[in-house]
Amino acid sequence: MSAPLLRRREVAATLLAGRGEMLVVTGLGSPTYDAAAAGDHDLNFYLWGAMGGAAVMGLGLALAQPRRRVLALTGDGEMLMGLGSLATIAAQRPENLAVVVLDNERYGETGMQPTHTALGADLAGVAASCGIETVRTVRDLAGVDALARLVREGRGPIFGVVKVDAEKLPLVLPARDGTWLKHRFRAALLGSATG
Amino acid sequence: MIRRNAIPDPAPMTATSDRPEPAAPTGGPAWADQIHAVLSANRVRQVALVPDAGHARLIDLSRADAAMRVVPLTTEEEGVALLAGAWLGGEKGVLLMQSSGVGNCVNMLSLTRICAFPLLILVTMRGEWGEFNPWQVPMGRSTPAVLEAAGVIAQRVSDPDEVRPAVEAAARLAFSGPHAVAVLLSQRLIGAKAFED
Repeated sequence: MSAPLLRRREVAATLLAGRGEMLVVTGLGSPTYDAAAAGDHDLNFYLWGAMGGAAVMGLGLALAQPRRRVLALTGDGEMLMGLGSLATIAAQRPENLAVVVLDNERYGETGMQPTHTALGADLAGVAASCGIETVRTVRDLAGVDALARLVREGRGPIFGVVKVDAEKLPLVLPARDGTWLKHRFRAALLGSATG
Repeated sequence: MIRRNAIPDPAPMTATSDRPEPAAPTGGPAWADQIHAVLSANRVRQVALVPDAGHARLIDLSRADAAMRVVPLTTEEEGVALLAGAWLGGEKGVLLMQSSGVGNCVNMLSLTRICAFPLLILVTMRGEWGEFNPWQVPMGRSTPAVLEAAGVIAQRVSDPDEVRPAVEAAARLAFSGPHAVAVLLSQRLIGAKAFED
């Protein structure tokens, strides 16, 4: 534990740099703000609710768009609420899906209470036990760089846990009109928001 | 594969409870084939489900259909989020569950509602007509009210001849809206037609 803790905004920026045509779904709370801080994008779909749904929403998107890379970027509390979705993802084996958890071991929106990952739960272990073959737990910058490459180029499904500092950061709030975000995303991806 | 129904049926006439998938009826009710045809005509690609015996035939047909991707879920709310992602990516889906799964979806349905995602749910009802397992009754009885409270239009079908038009109408309402629509396939329909023998 001597190495300096990773900072979540830097991790998100590294994961999203050079994203190309990657499609991104973010889990509610800090990961949504982290992705917004890295730069708004038409192919970002920010969740502001739907806790537990980010990874499996990424799965639906990945199955619908097999030629695009899909990243579900979420937090430990959000992932813990949808643990079963890791089994669902493993069963489908989407080669174009990566799920990355920014794990600060806290519920950041509600007062920094410890999550189960602070109390011994190992999300990477859960993912591996569900049958996801490519699993990483990252604690340093070199690991983040390697994970970013894996997310862009590796064969999915990929599950990464990045242990980050439980820092309080200024909020960077993207749009929260869900219907508008949906139309924007579909227009950018499909050329038409409807139909 | 058996879910929420650890107690085996005591008698054939109440055989609406879940069974292992291999026991799915080979013939099955004609309305299940009609539902599959409607889904196919609507270009439904992702079939998300937690199994129910009442859906066994439709699940088999979906698995056998190369144009459909069957996605088994660990809990029904995953399907709500999955199909939102599918729609973002340009694909239509359907969510199959029994009535006990409706309660698992409530908060995730806020995603459907706030983003105006289309959602088509087919619910096989438990806890009503001739139910032998009293534990199914509370959720079965509250299913329509829970769906409506969560912003889902619930439409019930009991007559086998009405299944096809009901699912056609629900699909049109869902995908041309967009709206969230659930067709409730009554236990009388399922019990009367699927597992009578």
